[in-house]
Amino acid sequence: MSAKEKLTIVVFSDNLDKALAAFMLATTGATMDMEVEMFFTFWGLNIIKKNNTKIKSRGIKRKLFNLINRGGTDHIKLSKFNMLGVGTWMMKKLMKEINMPSLDEMIVMSHQMGVKLTPCTTTCALMGLPEDAFRSEVSEMAGAAYFLNEAKESQVTLFI
Amino acid sequence: MKADESIDCVGLYCPMPIVKTAEKIKQLKTGEILEIVADDKGIKADMPAWCKATGHECLGVEESKGEIKVYVKKVHE
Repeated sequence: MSAKEKLTIVVFSDNLDKALAAFMLATTGATMDMEVEMFFTFWGLNIIKKNNTKIKSRGIKRKLFNLINRGGTDHIKLSKFNMLGVGTWMMKKLMKEINMPSLDEMIVMSHQMGVKLTPCTTTCALMGLPEDAFRSEVSEMAGAAYFLNEAKESQVTLFI
Repeated sequence: MKADESIDCVGLYCPMPIVKTAEKIKQLKTGEILEIVADDKGIKADMPAWCKATGHECLGVEESKGEIKVYVKKVHE
């Protein structure tokens, strides 16, 4: 058989809805025998941050920034109708009602299926995020050249 | 249609029936048939597409009273 087909997804946003769409496509791609790579940059990094850890970043600007820019699946909100968290809470309830896996379960599941989760080095440096800010499912950091090379070899590339 | 194995995906939505199918098909032997019971209409388009992408054979879709049965034959390891 020929080399595996590839799916590369840039996850730029940290909205619950967008993250769910990205992980649904990633897991489905993995079932289709595709090699799946998710590249997290800017706000997307919040999705793969650990829940409830203090991020040790250097400098007062980054420290302040990380105080407001909280990450982890528990802090990911809907892009619309968040309504101070009520909307997101309702959406999570609805997801449970139709037996949809939560974002957290989706991340674990995709990792088990071989999806690679890569944080972007430059944005991590910019936002003061050390490697231990991320969950155990996350691979090593990489840069734009790595991503573009992956994308070049991919049949499908998405920016979410 | 007679199947060697069956999985129950009633109440599950995309992409879970596909994820479960992909998991189960790994345990089957080549030539065996897997029956997927579901109620999400999306599966009628999704399963043939998944089969096309993975090289397995979608033998047919049966639908009665909101219950959808899809049959997939494992073609290769």
